[in-house]
Amino acid sequence: MLKIHNLHAGVDDKSILKGIDLEIKPGEIHAIMGPNGSGKSTLASVIAGKEEYEVTKGEILFEGDDIGELSPDERAHKGVFLSFQYPVEIPGVSVTNFIKTAINETRKAQGLSEMPAKDMLKLLREKAELLDIDRKFLSRSLNEGFSGGEKKRNEIFQMAMLDPKLAILDETDSGLDIDALRIVANGVNKLKTDDNAVLVITHYQRLLDYIVPDFVHVLVNGKIVKSGTKELAHELEEKGYDWIKEEVNA
Amino acid sequence: MLNIEQMDLKDKLITSFMALEDRVDVENYVHDVRSEAIKIFEDKGFPTKKEEAWKYTSLKSILKEDYSVFPKAENALEYNDVKKYFIHDIDSYKIVFIDGKYSSHLSQTTHDGMDICLMSAAIAKPKYRLVIENYFNKIASKDSLSSLNTAFSQEGAFIHIPKNKLVEKPIQILHFSTGNESAIMLQPRNLIVVDENSHVQIIERHQSLNNNPVLTNSVTEIFANKRAIVDYYKIQNDTQNASLIDNTFIKQKQESVASVHTFSFGGKLTRNNLNFYQQGERIDSTLKGVTIIGDKQHVDHNTMVHHTEPNCESHQDYKGIFGDSATGVFNGQVLVEKEAQKTNAFQANNNILLSDKATINTKPQLEIFADDVKCSHGCTIGQLDESAMFYMQSRGIPHKEARALLMYAFSNNVLSSVKIPEIKQRINKLIANKLGVRIGFDL
Repeated sequence: MLKIHNLHAGVDDKSILKGIDLEIKPGEIHAIMGPNGSGKSTLASVIAGKEEYEVTKGEILFEGDDIGELSPDERAHKGVFLSFQYPVEIPGVSVTNFIKTAINETRKAQGLSEMPAKDMLKLLREKAELLDIDRKFLSRSLNEGFSGGEKKRNEIFQMAMLDPKLAILDETDSGLDIDALRIVANGVNKLKTDDNAVLVITHYQRLLDYIVPDFVHVLVNGKIVKSGTKELAHELEEKGYDWIKEEVNA
Repeated sequence: MLNIEQMDLKDKLITSFMALEDRVDVENYVHDVRSEAIKIFEDKGFPTKKEEAWKYTSLKSILKEDYSVFPKAENALEYNDVKKYFIHDIDSYKIVFIDGKYSSHLSQTTHDGMDICLMSAAIAKPKYRLVIENYFNKIASKDSLSSLNTAFSQEGAFIHIPKNKLVEKPIQILHFSTGNESAIMLQPRNLIVVDENSHVQIIERHQSLNNNPVLTNSVTEIFANKRAIVDYYKIQNDTQNASLIDNTFIKQKQESVASVHTFSFGGKLTRNNLNFYQQGERIDSTLKGVTIIGDKQHVDHNTMVHHTEPNCESHQDYKGIFGDSATGVFNGQVLVEKEAQKTNAFQANNNILLSDKATINTKPQLEIFADDVKCSHGCTIGQLDESAMFYMQSRGIPHKEARALLMYAFSNNVLSSVKIPEIKQRINKLIANKLGVRIGFDL
């Protein structure tokens, strides 16, 4: 589904990603872990197409197509979804209207007609239930005054509504208490099928107790220095990142 | 060879005034007021950038046209051709003018328990004499442009709502210019008197039907008496050679509530002089505006709220979005007199510049002489939030739609106080048109 070859990217003249290789197949859950400043969030943003990052080398293939030149919305239309570490507050636009617009713009790009209001309502109700979201929440302004947990739950709610092929969860666990974490993780697990894939980006292992990865990659200084299975995450939790850094330097 | 210079607009207006004098009833009260007003205009002339209040708005380019001051022909329009300029999906009273002349064909007026009719009739008929003498030109300022309008005041809307009357249908005041004259200057004069406990909603629009130059210098005097409620909506979305100088004066008595919403999306040059004078306690005044312009358009909001007695409020909230080489001005004055204790006065002016060539000059002016008041003001100038753009795009909303959605969001709290849903819907559509997007949602 996603193939990244020798990806180099940076901001202005500063290089952040220094040769990433990663392949994610349908049905898989991958986790990228790493210390602060290793380039985890940059990788997430670059896959989603954030324009302030410049790709200097390498390619990103999504279902065989090079998506490197596509705008963020065009990538979304192909099925890439990024759950933000810090979801942006947009006063004046309700959660419902935002999601309606997102879905209908995606359908338009795919040559489909707008989703009938009745179907939209049904879908909203169904997914809100899945994530234990109060109906009143849907008419509030997007992320405005939401608690950390509400913001993240809202991200996963949007993911549920948009039904992406690849969901990238950027530090979805940050700022969540254990109950909120469980709700969010359960939501992700319920949405998981054999046809879609998830890329979890996290500093800590605790989220991976709930969203169990098939593969774990360790990102240090813009490169994947180690890959393994979920046991690697436990090892990192126990020993921290220093031993890997030492291993890399040696 | 003789070099005959074209008569400039000021001379032309003064000459035309003398011609007008020959035609009107000199025994009328209004006649004296007019004569005095033309003297003021003669003295002061058109304002120039040397005056502080006109520092950022130059009338030079619009004054050079050869405007006809008294249109000759009576022009007619078919309702279906101009229907789109009305809020046509609500039942309403209509006072419609074509090239400055009243169109009975397009209007729907009333004298049933209230007067929603014409200024010319009110000036001429004895039964309105008292209202005219009590209210006409009592609060319009004695500046040159308002005085010019006063000198030429012949036609416009006259609305008198007696006490305890809830006017259920809104009143639409429309001024069309047909372009049958190569360039035209219009000076509508409106007088609106709302007595105790009454409520009225008014929508005003100036619309040119082609691209010939139009200069409108309008004066509206509004009196909101005790506990009256007045909601006024100005829709300014005129064609590229139409300019508007709107001079609106509102006097509020105790416990009255008045609001003016100004939506500026078009025209060449628009200057809004909006003045609220409070006279009484527990008065509430609201001034809101959304400006979205591009090209070389210019919109100037010059507001003033005068607090004179205790326990009153004023709320000002103006949003502006400026693209291309558009220029905007916000000059908001709040004056709180020594007696006006416990005043709550808020003012906000937020702007987004979409291009490097767009300009906004914003200047809050608070003069507070009372010591127990709550006054705040704030102005911001910024670009569209890039992180919000990325966020929306990452959810599949294309750049153009994301931008539109952000601008909607930006102007949303101004629209939230619009009480007539059909107007809100119309403004939504106008914004969408202005931004060139189809909107798949309601706010």
